[in-house]
Formats: sequence, structure tokens, C-alpha cells
Amino acid sequence: MRRKKSERLRRRAGAVYCGLIYAFLFLPIVVIVVNSFNATESKPYLSWKGFTFDWYGRLLQNAALLDSFRNTLLLAAVSTILSTIIGTIAAVGMFKYRFRGKSVIDALLYIPVVIPEIVLGIALLTLFATVNIPRGMLSLVLAHVTFCIPFVIFNVRARLDGYDQSIEEASMDLGVGRLKTFFHITLPVLAPGIGGGALLAFTLSIDDVIVSYFTNGQTKTFPLKVMESIKSGVAPDVNALSTLILVFTVLLVVLTQSGLIRRLRRKR
Amino acid sequence: MSKHKFRASTLPVLATVGPVSLWLAFFVAIPLLYVLVMSFCSIDENYNVVFQFTLANYRNLLDVNYLQIYVQSILIAFFATAFCLVLGYPFAFLISRTFQSRKTILYMMVIIPFWTNSLIRIYGWRTFLGASGWLNRALTALHLIDSPVEFLFNRGATVLGMAYVLFPFMVLPLYTAIEKLDQSQLEVSADLGARGGATFFNVVLPQTVSGVFSGCIMVFIPSLGYFYVADILGGGNSDVIGNLIERQFQSGNNWPLGAALSIILIAVTLLLVKLYQKCGGDMQSLGV
Repeated sequence: MRRKKSERLRRRAGAVYCGLIYAFLFLPIVVIVVNSFNATESKPYLSWKGFTFDWYGRLLQNAALLDSFRNTLLLAAVSTILSTIIGTIAAVGMFKYRFRGKSVIDALLYIPVVIPEIVLGIALLTLFATVNIPRGMLSLVLAHVTFCIPFVIFNVRARLDGYDQSIEEASMDLGVGRLKTFFHITLPVLAPGIGGGALLAFTLSIDDVIVSYFTNGQTKTFPLKVMESIKSGVAPDVNALSTLILVFTVLLVVLTQSGLIRRLRRKR
Repeated sequence: MSKHKFRASTLPVLATVGPVSLWLAFFVAIPLLYVLVMSFCSIDENYNVVFQFTLANYRNLLDVNYLQIYVQSILIAFFATAFCLVLGYPFAFLISRTFQSRKTILYMMVIIPFWTNSLIRIYGWRTFLGASGWLNRALTALHLIDSPVEFLFNRGATVLGMAYVLFPFMVLPLYTAIEKLDQSQLEVSADLGARGGATFFNVVLPQTVSGVFSGCIMVFIPSLGYFYVADILGGGNSDVIGNLIERQFQSGNNWPLGAALSIILIAVTLLLVKLYQKCGGDMQSLGV
């Protein structure tokens, strides 16, 4: 009996502890969301001056900010697609074939993952400056694809771990070509790994501050726009945009996780 | 095992691994080697890089002011890592031991803050901790303090910021390691009369130590470079090695010196990764 009571107590303590950690993780986000509705412009928004939607209206008129956000989305989309294609076929090739220099590729893959981002940033900056690659969207894409590729490969590789190659051999024995086999047999099996890798690449690209900071030239991404404004205090419409991004991504996760989309589709 | 797995014909290998090899060569290997070369280069009076061998950059690294910042940066990284580990281990343990249905939500809630840009979240901390921020107001209202306390612009604030941005990188590998633990082993240990502490040190910790190692690496190394956290929360009073590098590539404009500083970071990274492998760490668990 007494044991049960202490067990319950322990469980409650655990729940409180987890709650505190989540509070720690979400606290600055609460600050951002609250301030996006706060009717004061005096920075850094110390007191509550009433509820307003003004910042959301002003956001629509802030062309520079919206532009930077469009750049971020475009950059993330292009980098995700490129890194997913290169990473997926690389993971398959590295799994299927033995060749010279494989261990070198393996080692190189870990460099962008473990090295501090600033080192990759300045290394790419010095390269781009020396070989005269114009700093802008192009250099940003090259940089982002570089740090996204390893994560795609690791994700696809995890999926390949239990992959049985004999189904491919069966397909080819039946006279199906190598490419067709790849698209009809290999790709569907790997799809979850590819999806996970692509999602991770997209997240990394959207949130990247440091590598972009050194390779952007005149092109401003959303994080760089924020960085620029931080000296004078983050403007309230930046809070509004961040809140919108957060709501949108949370909705997306809730929809995909709860299987709501699947149910809707079935109904139709 | 069929034989043709080993008789790799050249074309498919080139088609699959070719692009990634070229990409890694051009955008990882060559740039990093170039940084190494540049760290031995000189600059002319206009701060242009001149390909003339010199050890001056490395000699400049030994400047007393710089040495202080290396020590400070390592201390900040150490305390941020310790903070994440001490708070993150019990947390990862608790969320990985709940019911399956709730587990996914709890896990996702660690990742969701990621989708708000880290700069803005760090700025959110600044608003919260500022001299007239919410924390000071709350403490004043509770009569715990008479005048506002300056929580910002010191090393503690930078440690908090680093720990905050990197916390998930500690929790996720720990979560993966702890989830693999066999519940029955814990029960057996308890049934045999082991106290909680003994079970933890003899059963739980040895089996999850890989998660501890990879979490620590994933927090410690980036904290040496996150210059914007030190800028926003430390306000110039708690620079890390990343700030030194950033300055040389922006306002200082002494690229060879910045390159030499980067070589330090590369060396520290290699050293820690080697140590990690020596301790039996698996490279693959660093990735995701």
C-alpha cells in the first residue's frame, strides 16, 4: 500500500519535471506569440498595452520582410530537392556497390555534420570568393545542399539497413531494366527514409543562420533579415510572421500525425 | 550472396556515387583544405590575401586576449553541455518510458520549438530576462527583489542560450538510447534488492552511455561556434571562438587570421570525435 502511494508520488513528480522542461523550451515562443498581439511598439515590448492585430496587417505591407521569407522558402525547396536526389542515389550506390574511396566519402559525409557551422560557412565563403561564384541565391543553394546531403544519406541508409536485394535481382531476372527496377522496386521501399531525409533537409535549410550569414551576398533570407533587425530590437511584424510560421507547421504536423488527411481522403 | 555485388561495374557506381563525390570534393574537401592553406598566407596593406608563407597567424593566436576567449569559450561549452545533460537525461528517461500513444506527442513537442527561427527564440529570452523584462517584473511584484537584476550580458546568460538552442541535440540521442533499454532488466535489478541508485549506475547508465557521449559531442562542439547567441545574450562580455572568427571575416577583414582560428575549431572537433570513437562511440548515432 505504502509502496503504491510512493509510486504515485514519484509519477506526479516526473510529470511536473517534464512540464518544467517543456516550459523552458516553449517560454521564448510564448514571448514571441504574445508580443505579436501586443499593441505597443516600444522595444523590447515590456508591458502589455492591449490586444491588436495591427502587426499582422503591417506584415502584409512589409515587402522587404515578405521578400526575405520568399527567398527562404525558395532556397529551402530547391536545396531540399537537390540534396534529396543526390543523397538518395548516393545512399543506394554506397549500399549496393563496393568501390575504391568509399571510406573517404564516408568520412567526408560526417564533416558537415560535426564541424561547427561557422567553419563550413567561412570555408565556402573563401572558395566562392576565390573562384568567383557570385554571392546570392546560387551560392546559398550550393551551401545549403552541402550541409543537407549527409542528413538525407543517413536517413535513407537507415532504411536500407534491412533491405533485401533479392527482390531487385528477381525483377532484373524477369527482364526489367535497371532504371525501371530502381523506380518501381527500390524507390517505393525507400520512400519513408527519403521523406524523413527531405523533411530534415527542409528544416535545416529554413532555420540556418550561420552558413547563410557568410555566403549570402546581397540576398536576404528570413533569418538574416531577423539578424539585421536585432540590433534595433526585433520588429513586431517579425513576431507576427514567426507566429504564423509556427501555427502553420504545428497544424501540418497535427494533420499528418492524426491521420486526418487519410480519413478525409477515404471519405472522398 | 550473389557474386555480382562485388563485380561492381563502373557505370552504375559512377551514376550513383559520382554526383555526391564531386559535391563533397568541391564543397567540403577543397574549401577546408583551402582554409588550411589560407591560414599560412599573409595579407597586404589593403587586407588582401597574399600567397606568401607565414606563421604569423598562428603566432597571433597566442595573443593573451585570444587565450582568454578560448578558455571562456570552452567553459561556456562545458557548462552548456553539463546543463543539457543533467536536465536532459531524466527528461529523456521519463518521456521514453511513457505509453506509446503519448510518446509521439511528447517527442514532437521537443522538436516543435525548432521551427521558430533560433535567432528569434534567443531574442525572446532577451525580452524575458531583460532589465525590465517579464522575469524582473514578476520578481518585483512578488517582492523578492527591490530593483531589477541584470540577468543578461554575462557568461551565465550565454550558457543558458547555448543550452537552450542545443537542448534537443542532447535529448534526442539520449531518448534513442534509453528507449532501447529492456524494462525487465530494471525490474530484475529492483527485485534483487538493488536500490534506485545502484540500478541506475550498474544497469541503466552503462547501456545508455553511447547516447550520453553523442549528445555531449552534439552540444559541446556547436557551442564553440554559435557567435550570435554570445552576441545577443552575452552582449560582447562572453565571446566564444565563433565570435573571433566572425569578426575576422566581417569587420576585421583578416581572412588568414580567421582561417587559423578556424583551424583550431577543426582540430578541437577532430580531437573530440577521435575521443568519442575511442570510447566506443558510433559515428552513425551522431547523424540523426
